[in-house]
Amino acid sequence: MIYQGKQKIWADYQKEIPDDHWYYVRSCIRQNFFPGSEKMFLEICRNVLGKDFHENASHTTCGGIAYHCDTIPQETVMTIVARQFALMTEAGYENYVASCITSFGNYIEILQTWEEFPELETKIRELLWKACKREFKKPKYVAHASDLIYKYRNLIAERAKYRLINRHTGEPLKVVEHIGCHYSKMFPSKGVGGAEYPYVLCGMIEAWGGNVIDYPERRHCCGYGFRQYHVKANRGYSISNTHKKFESMEPYHPDMIITNCPGCPYFLDRWQYAIAEMEGKTYGENGYGIPVFTYEEVAGLVLGYDPWDLGLQLHQVAVEPLLDKIGVEYDPARKYEGLNHKNLLRPELPGVLKCC
Amino acid sequence: MDFGFKISPSSAVNLDNVDLTLYNRLLEAEPDICKCIACGSCTASCPANRFSGMSVRKAILNLQRGKEKETARMLSNCMLCGKCTMVCPRGINTRHLILSICKLYKEEAK
Repeated sequence: MIYQGKQKIWADYQKEIPDDHWYYVRSCIRQNFFPGSEKMFLEICRNVLGKDFHENASHTTCGGIAYHCDTIPQETVMTIVARQFALMTEAGYENYVASCITSFGNYIEILQTWEEFPELETKIRELLWKACKREFKKPKYVAHASDLIYKYRNLIAERAKYRLINRHTGEPLKVVEHIGCHYSKMFPSKGVGGAEYPYVLCGMIEAWGGNVIDYPERRHCCGYGFRQYHVKANRGYSISNTHKKFESMEPYHPDMIITNCPGCPYFLDRWQYAIAEMEGKTYGENGYGIPVFTYEEVAGLVLGYDPWDLGLQLHQVAVEPLLDKIGVEYDPARKYEGLNHKNLLRPELPGVLKCC
Repeated sequence: MDFGFKISPSSAVNLDNVDLTLYNRLLEAEPDICKCIACGSCTASCPANRFSGMSVRKAILNLQRGKEKETARMLSNCMLCGKCTMVCPRGINTRHLILSICKLYKEEAK
Protein backbone atom coordinates (compact mmCIF):
# COMPACT_ATOMS: atom_id res chain seq x y z
CA MET A 1 0.00 0.00 0.00
CA ILE A 2 1.36 3.41 -0.94
CA TYR A 3 0.48 5.07 2.33
CA GLN A 4 1.12 8.67 1.24
CA GLY A 5 -1.25 8.23 -1.69
CA LYS A 6 -3.98 6.90 0.56
CA GLN A 7 -3.47 9.80 2.96
CA LYS A 8 -4.05 12.25 0.12
CA ILE A 9 -7.29 10.50 -0.87
CA TRP A 10 -8.39 10.37 2.77
CA ALA A 11 -7.67 14.07 3.22
CA ASP A 12 -9.99 14.86 0.31
CA TYR A 13 -12.86 12.91 1.83
CA GLN A 14 -13.23 14.03 5.39
CA LYS A 15 -16.55 15.04 6.88
CA GLU A 16 -17.61 16.98 9.94
CA ILE A 17 -19.42 14.65 12.31
CA PRO A 18 -21.47 16.24 15.12
CA ASP A 19 -20.21 15.22 18.54
CA ASP A 20 -23.39 14.54 20.48
CA HIS A 21 -27.22 14.18 20.51
CA TRP A 22 -28.03 11.37 18.12
CA TYR A 23 -31.15 9.46 17.21
CA TYR A 24 -30.08 5.82 16.82
CA VAL A 25 -31.77 3.26 14.58
CA ARG A 26 -30.89 -0.41 14.67
CA SER A 27 -30.41 -2.86 11.84
CA CYS A 28 -32.96 -5.61 11.08
CA ILE A 29 -30.42 -8.39 10.85
CA ARG A 30 -27.44 -7.47 13.04
CA GLN A 31 -29.22 -8.40 16.26
CA ASN A 32 -29.64 -11.94 14.98
CA PHE A 33 -26.14 -12.22 13.56
CA PHE A 34 -23.99 -10.62 16.27
CA PRO A 35 -26.36 -9.47 19.02
CA GLY A 36 -23.67 -7.95 21.24
CA SER A 37 -22.60 -5.31 18.71
CA GLU A 38 -25.44 -2.79 18.85
CA LYS A 39 -25.72 -3.16 22.61
CA MET A 40 -22.01 -2.43 22.88
CA PHE A 41 -22.31 0.63 20.64
CA LEU A 42 -24.88 2.19 22.97
CA GLU A 43 -22.95 1.06 26.04
CA ILE A 44 -19.74 2.74 24.77
CA CYS A 45 -21.42 5.92 23.58
CA ARG A 46 -23.72 6.40 26.57
CA ASN A 47 -21.92 4.93 29.54
CA VAL A 48 -18.23 5.09 28.62
CA LEU A 49 -18.22 8.39 26.71
CA GLY A 50 -21.32 9.99 28.29
CA LYS A 51 -22.99 10.97 24.99
CA ASP A 52 -26.69 11.44 24.37
CA PHE A 53 -28.10 8.65 22.17
CA HIS A 54 -31.84 8.21 21.87
CA GLU A 55 -33.52 5.02 20.73
CA ASN A 56 -37.18 4.43 19.96
CA ALA A 57 -38.80 1.00 20.14
CA SER A 58 -41.30 1.99 17.42
CA HIS A 59 -38.80 2.27 14.61
CA THR A 60 -38.89 -0.38 11.90
CA THR A 61 -36.76 -1.70 9.08
CA CYS A 62 -35.71 0.92 6.52
CA GLY A 63 -36.87 -1.39 3.72
CA GLY A 64 -33.38 -1.48 2.22
CA ILE A 65 -33.16 -5.25 1.74
CA ALA A 66 -36.52 -5.40 -0.05
CA TYR A 67 -35.51 -2.38 -2.13
CA HIS A 68 -32.21 -3.91 -3.21
CA CYS A 69 -33.95 -7.24 -3.88
CA ASP A 70 -36.38 -5.38 -6.18
CA THR A 71 -39.42 -6.53 -4.25
CA ILE A 72 -40.82 -3.09 -3.25
CA PRO A 73 -40.78 0.22 -5.16
CA GLN A 74 -38.69 3.15 -4.00
CA GLU A 75 -41.76 5.23 -3.03
CA THR A 76 -42.65 2.60 -0.43
CA VAL A 77 -39.11 2.64 0.95
CA MET A 78 -39.24 6.44 1.04
CA THR A 79 -42.47 6.40 3.05
CA ILE A 80 -40.96 3.92 5.53
CA VAL A 81 -37.91 6.17 5.85
CA ALA A 82 -40.13 9.26 6.18
CA ARG A 83 -41.80 7.57 9.16
CA GLN A 84 -38.40 6.97 10.77
CA PHE A 85 -37.58 10.65 10.29
CA ALA A 86 -40.98 11.54 11.81
CA LEU A 87 -40.10 9.49 14.91
CA MET A 88 -36.78 11.35 15.14
CA THR A 89 -38.55 14.72 14.77
CA GLU A 90 -41.07 13.79 17.48
CA ALA A 91 -38.20 12.83 19.81
CA GLY A 92 -36.61 16.26 19.25
CA TYR A 93 -33.42 15.15 17.51
CA GLU A 94 -31.73 16.37 14.33
CA ASN A 95 -28.79 13.99 13.96
CA TYR A 96 -29.64 10.54 12.69
CA VAL A 97 -27.30 7.58 13.07
CA ALA A 98 -27.93 4.20 11.45
CA SER A 99 -26.44 0.94 12.63
CA CYS A 100 -26.73 -0.69 9.23
CA ILE A 101 -24.68 0.13 6.14
CA THR A 102 -27.53 -0.54 3.74
CA SER A 103 -29.83 1.68 5.82
CA PHE A 104 -27.17 4.41 5.76
CA GLY A 105 -26.86 4.13 1.96
CA ASN A 106 -30.62 4.04 1.67
CA TYR A 107 -31.14 7.22 3.76
CA ILE A 108 -28.45 9.07 1.82
CA GLU A 109 -29.87 7.95 -1.52
CA ILE A 110 -33.38 9.05 -0.54
CA LEU A 111 -32.26 12.45 0.79
CA GLN A 112 -30.26 13.03 -2.41
CA THR A 113 -33.26 12.00 -4.53
CA TRP A 114 -35.45 14.48 -2.65
CA GLU A 115 -32.83 17.17 -3.32
CA GLU A 116 -33.01 16.41 -7.04
CA PHE A 117 -36.77 15.87 -7.19
CA PRO A 118 -38.52 18.01 -4.54
CA GLU A 119 -41.95 17.05 -5.93
CA LEU A 120 -41.22 13.47 -4.87
CA GLU A 121 -40.57 14.62 -1.32
CA THR A 122 -43.93 16.43 -1.32
CA LYS A 123 -45.62 13.27 -2.54
CA ILE A 124 -43.98 11.19 0.21
CA ARG A 125 -45.05 13.74 2.85
CA GLU A 126 -48.63 13.31 1.62
CA LEU A 127 -48.35 9.52 1.61
CA LEU A 128 -46.97 9.53 5.15
CA TRP A 129 -49.77 11.79 6.34
CA LYS A 130 -52.38 9.55 4.73
CA ALA A 131 -50.77 6.42 6.17
CA CYS A 132 -50.17 7.45 9.78
CA LYS A 133 -50.85 11.20 10.27
CA ARG A 134 -47.21 12.00 10.88
CA GLU A 135 -44.96 14.82 9.69
CA PHE A 136 -41.18 14.99 9.61
CA LYS A 137 -38.17 17.25 9.35
CA LYS A 138 -35.24 15.98 7.35
CA PRO A 139 -32.24 15.18 9.56
CA LYS A 140 -29.49 17.80 9.62
CA TYR A 141 -26.91 15.06 9.61
CA VAL A 142 -26.99 11.37 8.75
CA ALA A 143 -24.11 9.21 9.93
CA HIS A 144 -23.29 5.55 10.06
CA ALA A 145 -22.51 4.19 13.53
CA SER A 146 -18.94 3.41 12.43
CA ASP A 147 -18.46 7.13 11.68
CA LEU A 148 -19.10 7.83 15.34
CA ILE A 149 -16.78 5.12 16.65
CA TYR A 150 -14.23 6.56 14.19
CA LYS A 151 -14.83 10.02 15.65
CA TYR A 152 -14.48 8.68 19.21
CA ARG A 153 -11.56 6.35 18.36
CA ASN A 154 -8.97 8.37 20.25
CA LEU A 155 -11.23 8.71 23.29
CA ILE A 156 -11.63 4.93 23.22
CA ALA A 157 -7.85 4.51 22.81
CA GLU A 158 -7.29 6.68 25.92
CA ARG A 159 -9.53 4.37 27.95
CA ALA A 160 -8.29 1.15 26.32
CA LYS A 161 -7.23 -1.77 28.49
CA TYR A 162 -5.74 -3.70 25.55
CA ARG A 163 -4.17 -2.73 22.25
CA LEU A 164 -4.20 -4.58 18.93
CA ILE A 165 -0.66 -5.83 19.53
CA ASN A 166 0.64 -9.38 19.66
CA ARG A 167 1.78 -9.63 23.26
CA HIS A 168 4.17 -12.49 22.44
CA THR A 169 6.11 -10.60 19.76
CA GLY A 170 5.25 -6.97 20.52
CA GLU A 171 4.30 -6.51 16.84
CA PRO A 172 1.07 -4.79 15.79
CA LEU A 173 -1.62 -7.22 14.72
CA LYS A 174 -2.15 -7.52 10.97
CA VAL A 175 -5.71 -6.44 10.40
CA VAL A 176 -7.89 -6.66 7.30
CA GLU A 177 -10.50 -3.94 7.16
CA HIS A 178 -13.62 -4.63 5.12
CA ILE A 179 -16.09 -1.85 4.34
CA GLY A 180 -19.70 -2.57 3.44
CA CYS A 181 -20.48 -1.77 -0.21
CA HIS A 182 -23.34 0.63 0.60
CA TYR A 183 -21.16 2.78 2.89
CA SER A 184 -19.62 5.01 0.23
CA LYS A 185 -19.54 3.23 -3.10
CA MET A 186 -22.79 5.02 -4.04
CA PHE A 187 -21.98 8.45 -2.54
CA PRO A 188 -18.21 8.74 -1.97
CA SER A 189 -18.46 12.15 -0.30
CA LYS A 190 -20.65 10.69 2.46
CA GLY A 191 -18.02 8.24 3.69
CA VAL A 192 -14.92 9.01 5.72
CA GLY A 193 -12.05 8.61 3.25
CA GLY A 194 -14.13 8.29 0.08
CA ALA A 195 -15.18 5.22 -1.86
CA GLU A 196 -11.98 3.63 -3.06
CA TYR A 197 -10.19 3.16 0.25
CA PRO A 198 -12.40 4.47 3.07
CA TYR A 199 -10.49 5.51 6.17
CA VAL A 200 -13.22 4.86 8.69
CA LEU A 201 -11.96 1.45 9.87
CA CYS A 202 -8.27 2.15 9.12
CA GLY A 203 -8.50 5.08 11.55
CA MET A 204 -9.79 2.82 14.31
CA ILE A 205 -7.17 0.13 13.64
CA GLU A 206 -4.33 2.66 13.69
CA ALA A 207 -5.63 4.38 16.84
CA TRP A 208 -5.90 1.06 18.67
CA GLY A 209 -2.42 -0.16 17.73
CA GLY A 210 -2.98 -2.49 14.75
CA ASN A 211 -1.53 -2.50 11.24
CA VAL A 212 -3.83 -2.38 8.23
CA ILE A 213 -2.88 -4.83 5.51
CA ASP A 214 -3.45 -4.18 1.86
CA TYR A 215 -4.26 -7.02 -0.51
CA PRO A 216 -5.43 -7.20 -4.14
CA GLU A 217 -9.13 -7.89 -3.53
CA ARG A 218 -9.40 -5.42 -0.66
CA ARG A 219 -12.42 -3.62 -2.09
CA HIS A 220 -14.16 -6.76 -3.34
CA CYS A 221 -17.66 -7.48 -2.02
CA CYS A 222 -17.88 -9.94 0.90
CA GLY A 223 -20.17 -12.10 -1.22
CA TYR A 224 -23.47 -11.44 0.56
CA GLY A 225 -25.03 -9.12 -2.05
CA PHE A 226 -28.71 -9.67 -1.26
CA ARG A 227 -29.81 -11.39 -4.45
CA GLN A 228 -26.67 -13.50 -4.49
CA TYR A 229 -27.46 -15.16 -1.20
CA HIS A 230 -31.21 -14.94 -0.78
CA VAL A 231 -31.80 -16.82 -4.03
CA LYS A 232 -30.47 -20.28 -3.31
CA ALA A 233 -29.51 -20.89 -6.93
CA ASN A 234 -27.09 -17.95 -6.66
CA ARG A 235 -25.35 -19.03 -3.46
CA GLY A 236 -22.45 -20.53 -5.37
CA TYR A 237 -21.78 -17.01 -6.63
CA SER A 238 -21.90 -15.67 -3.08
CA ILE A 239 -19.38 -18.17 -1.69
CA SER A 240 -17.14 -17.79 -4.78
CA ASN A 241 -16.84 -14.06 -4.02
CA THR A 242 -15.87 -14.76 -0.42
CA HIS A 243 -13.46 -17.49 -1.54
CA LYS A 244 -11.79 -15.02 -3.91
CA LYS A 245 -11.28 -12.55 -1.06
CA PHE A 246 -9.79 -15.14 1.28
CA GLU A 247 -7.48 -16.50 -1.41
CA SER A 248 -6.29 -12.94 -2.01
CA MET A 249 -5.67 -12.07 1.66
CA GLU A 250 -4.18 -15.45 2.65
CA PRO A 251 -0.53 -14.68 1.67
CA TYR A 252 -0.55 -11.67 4.04
CA HIS A 253 -1.43 -13.85 7.07
CA PRO A 254 -4.01 -11.54 8.65
CA ASP A 255 -4.66 -11.95 12.38
CA MET A 256 -8.20 -10.64 12.22
CA ILE A 257 -10.81 -8.94 10.03
CA ILE A 258 -12.85 -5.88 11.05
CA THR A 259 -16.02 -4.94 9.19
CA ASN A 260 -18.65 -2.23 9.45
CA CYS A 261 -21.60 -3.87 7.71
CA PRO A 262 -24.26 -6.28 9.03
CA GLY A 263 -23.79 -8.89 6.30
CA CYS A 264 -20.02 -8.84 5.82
CA PRO A 265 -18.90 -10.20 9.22
CA TYR A 266 -21.57 -12.88 9.04
CA PHE A 267 -20.63 -14.13 5.59
CA LEU A 268 -16.88 -13.76 6.01
CA ASP A 269 -17.26 -15.74 9.24
CA ARG A 270 -19.74 -18.46 8.22
CA TRP A 271 -18.42 -19.05 4.72
CA GLN A 272 -15.04 -19.98 6.23
CA TYR A 273 -16.82 -23.00 7.68
CA ALA A 274 -18.50 -23.79 4.33
CA ILE A 275 -15.24 -23.37 2.36
CA ALA A 276 -13.47 -25.64 4.87
CA GLU A 277 -16.14 -28.32 4.42
CA MET A 278 -16.18 -28.01 0.62
CA GLU A 279 -12.47 -27.67 -0.10
CA GLY A 280 -10.83 -28.74 3.14
CA LYS A 281 -9.05 -25.40 3.35
CA THR A 282 -8.73 -23.04 6.31
CA TYR A 283 -7.17 -19.59 6.27
CA GLY A 284 -5.99 -18.96 9.84
CA GLU A 285 -3.08 -20.43 11.78
CA ASN A 286 -2.99 -24.12 12.82
CA GLY A 287 -6.26 -25.10 11.16
CA TYR A 288 -8.27 -22.25 12.66
CA GLY A 289 -10.03 -19.59 10.62
CA ILE A 290 -9.40 -15.84 10.55
CA PRO A 291 -11.67 -14.30 13.22
CA VAL A 292 -14.06 -11.67 11.88
CA PHE A 293 -15.35 -8.86 14.09
CA THR A 294 -17.67 -5.91 13.96
CA TYR A 295 -16.02 -2.60 14.90
CA GLU A 296 -18.15 -2.41 18.08
CA GLU A 297 -16.88 -5.81 19.19
CA VAL A 298 -13.28 -4.68 18.66
CA ALA A 299 -13.98 -1.41 20.52
CA GLY A 300 -15.48 -3.48 23.36
CA LEU A 301 -12.48 -5.80 23.37
CA VAL A 302 -9.90 -3.01 23.61
CA LEU A 303 -11.96 -1.38 26.35
CA GLY A 304 -11.72 -4.61 28.33
CA TYR A 305 -15.27 -5.96 28.17
CA ASP A 306 -15.74 -9.68 28.70
CA PRO A 307 -15.60 -11.38 25.25
CA TRP A 308 -18.63 -13.51 26.09
CA ASP A 309 -20.65 -10.40 27.03
CA LEU A 310 -19.75 -9.05 23.57
CA GLY A 311 -21.33 -12.15 22.04
CA LEU A 312 -18.10 -13.53 20.58
CA GLN A 313 -19.27 -17.09 21.32
CA LEU A 314 -21.73 -16.67 18.44
CA HIS A 315 -18.93 -16.46 15.88
CA GLN A 316 -18.30 -19.56 13.78
CA VAL A 317 -14.53 -19.00 13.70
CA ALA A 318 -12.94 -19.47 17.12
CA VAL A 319 -11.81 -16.15 18.62
CA GLU A 320 -9.76 -17.64 21.47
CA PRO A 321 -6.40 -17.79 19.61
CA LEU A 322 -6.69 -14.07 18.88
CA LEU A 323 -7.75 -13.26 22.46
CA ASP A 324 -4.64 -15.11 23.65
CA LYS A 325 -2.51 -13.12 21.20
CA ILE A 326 -3.83 -9.79 22.50
CA GLY A 327 -3.81 -11.03 26.08
CA VAL A 328 -7.53 -10.58 26.71
CA GLU A 329 -8.64 -12.39 29.86
CA TYR A 330 -11.57 -14.76 29.46
CA ASP A 331 -13.08 -17.77 31.15
CA PRO A 332 -13.44 -20.67 28.66
CA ALA A 333 -16.04 -22.28 30.93
CA ARG A 334 -18.32 -19.26 30.56
CA LYS A 335 -18.30 -19.34 26.74
CA TYR A 336 -21.75 -20.85 26.35
CA GLU A 337 -23.27 -19.24 29.43
CA GLY A 338 -25.79 -16.64 28.38
CA LEU A 339 -27.34 -13.79 30.31
CA ASN A 340 -28.65 -14.77 33.78
CA HIS A 341 -26.50 -17.93 33.57
CA LYS A 342 -28.74 -19.39 30.88
CA ASN A 343 -27.11 -22.38 29.17
CA LEU A 344 -26.75 -21.61 25.46
CA LEU A 345 -25.81 -25.25 24.73
CA ARG A 346 -22.57 -26.27 23.02
CA PRO A 347 -22.72 -26.36 19.23
CA GLU A 348 -21.53 -29.38 17.29
CA LEU A 349 -17.92 -28.92 16.19
CA PRO A 350 -17.23 -28.73 12.43
CA GLY A 351 -15.27 -31.48 10.73
CA VAL A 352 -12.45 -29.44 9.14
CA LEU A 353 -12.39 -25.91 10.60
CA LYS A 354 -10.76 -26.10 14.01
CA CYS A 355 -12.83 -24.55 16.81
CA CYS A 356 -12.42 -24.27 20.57
CA MET B 1 -20.18 -31.81 2.32
CA ASP B 2 -22.78 -30.97 -0.33
CA PHE B 3 -24.51 -27.68 0.41
CA GLY B 4 -26.36 -27.66 -2.92
CA PHE B 5 -24.01 -25.07 -4.42
CA LYS B 6 -20.35 -24.94 -5.39
CA ILE B 7 -17.40 -22.54 -5.49
CA SER B 8 -16.87 -21.43 -9.09
CA PRO B 9 -13.27 -21.66 -10.30
CA SER B 10 -11.58 -18.28 -10.44
CA SER B 11 -11.44 -16.60 -13.83
CA ALA B 12 -8.57 -14.34 -12.75
CA VAL B 13 -5.63 -14.13 -15.17
CA ASN B 14 -2.19 -13.56 -13.70
CA LEU B 15 -0.51 -11.51 -16.41
CA ASP B 16 2.88 -12.05 -14.77
CA ASN B 17 2.67 -15.73 -15.71
CA VAL B 18 1.38 -15.30 -19.26
CA ASP B 19 3.71 -16.10 -22.19
CA LEU B 20 3.17 -13.31 -24.73
CA THR B 21 5.85 -14.37 -27.26
CA LEU B 22 3.32 -15.21 -29.96
CA TYR B 23 1.28 -12.10 -29.28
CA ASN B 24 4.39 -9.95 -29.65
CA ARG B 25 5.17 -11.62 -32.97
CA LEU B 26 1.62 -10.88 -34.07
CA LEU B 27 2.09 -7.29 -32.98
CA GLU B 28 5.05 -6.98 -35.33
CA ALA B 29 3.05 -8.36 -38.24
CA GLU B 30 -0.17 -6.49 -37.40
CA PRO B 31 0.65 -3.27 -35.51
CA ASP B 32 -2.93 -2.10 -36.11
CA ILE B 33 -4.02 -4.41 -33.29
CA CYS B 34 -2.94 -1.62 -30.90
CA LYS B 35 -5.63 0.62 -32.35
CA CYS B 36 -8.46 -1.63 -31.16
CA ILE B 37 -10.69 0.08 -28.57
CA ALA B 38 -12.69 -3.08 -27.88
CA CYS B 39 -15.91 -1.37 -28.96
CA GLY B 40 -17.39 -4.70 -30.11
CA SER B 41 -18.68 -3.46 -33.49
CA CYS B 42 -16.92 -6.44 -35.12
CA THR B 43 -18.72 -8.86 -32.81
CA ALA B 44 -22.08 -7.17 -33.29
CA SER B 45 -21.83 -7.37 -37.09
CA CYS B 46 -20.42 -10.92 -37.23
CA PRO B 47 -22.89 -13.36 -38.83
CA ALA B 48 -21.10 -16.31 -37.18
CA ASN B 49 -21.24 -14.78 -33.69
CA ARG B 50 -24.80 -15.74 -32.88
CA PHE B 51 -24.28 -19.40 -33.74
CA SER B 52 -20.67 -20.03 -32.78
CA GLY B 53 -19.58 -17.30 -30.35
CA MET B 54 -17.07 -15.94 -32.88
CA SER B 55 -15.82 -12.52 -31.78
CA VAL B 56 -12.76 -10.61 -33.01
CA ARG B 57 -12.87 -8.43 -29.88
CA LYS B 58 -12.73 -11.51 -27.66
CA ALA B 59 -10.05 -13.08 -29.86
CA ILE B 60 -7.78 -10.05 -29.34
CA LEU B 61 -8.47 -10.03 -25.59
CA ASN B 62 -7.76 -13.77 -25.35
CA LEU B 63 -4.44 -13.32 -27.15
CA GLN B 64 -3.47 -10.52 -24.76
CA ARG B 65 -4.28 -12.87 -21.88
CA GLY B 66 -2.29 -15.78 -23.35
CA LYS B 67 -5.36 -17.90 -24.13
CA GLU B 68 -4.18 -19.06 -27.53
CA LYS B 69 -6.10 -22.32 -27.78
CA GLU B 70 -9.41 -20.57 -27.15
CA THR B 71 -8.56 -18.04 -29.88
CA ALA B 72 -7.64 -20.68 -32.44
CA ARG B 73 -10.88 -22.57 -31.67
CA MET B 74 -12.93 -19.39 -32.00
CA LEU B 75 -11.34 -18.29 -35.27
CA SER B 76 -12.06 -21.65 -36.89
CA ASN B 77 -15.69 -20.45 -37.03
CA CYS B 78 -14.85 -17.35 -39.12
CA MET B 79 -16.23 -17.35 -42.67
CA LEU B 80 -13.97 -14.44 -43.76
CA CYS B 81 -16.96 -12.44 -44.96
CA GLY B 82 -15.21 -9.19 -44.00
CA LYS B 83 -18.18 -7.45 -42.37
CA CYS B 84 -16.10 -6.72 -39.28
CA THR B 85 -13.56 -4.86 -41.44
CA MET B 86 -16.32 -2.72 -42.92
CA VAL B 87 -17.69 -1.62 -39.53
CA CYS B 88 -14.45 -1.14 -37.57
CA PRO B 89 -14.40 2.53 -36.45
CA ARG B 90 -10.61 2.39 -36.12
CA GLY B 91 -10.09 1.17 -39.66
CA ILE B 92 -8.40 -2.07 -38.65
CA ASN B 93 -8.29 -4.67 -41.40
CA THR B 94 -9.74 -7.34 -39.12
CA ARG B 95 -10.08 -9.86 -41.97
CA HIS B 96 -6.35 -9.62 -42.60
CA LEU B 97 -5.73 -9.75 -38.86
CA ILE B 98 -7.70 -12.99 -38.55
CA LEU B 99 -5.68 -14.53 -41.39
CA SER B 100 -2.42 -13.40 -39.78
CA ILE B 101 -3.43 -14.90 -36.44
CA CYS B 102 -4.36 -18.20 -38.09
CA LYS B 103 -1.09 -18.27 -40.03
CA LEU B 104 1.03 -17.49 -37.01
CA TYR B 105 -0.64 -20.01 -34.75
CA LYS B 106 -0.65 -22.68 -37.43
CA GLU B 107 3.11 -22.21 -37.81
CA GLU B 108 3.47 -22.53 -34.07
CA ALA B 109 1.40 -25.72 -34.02
CA LYS B 110 3.78 -27.32 -36.55
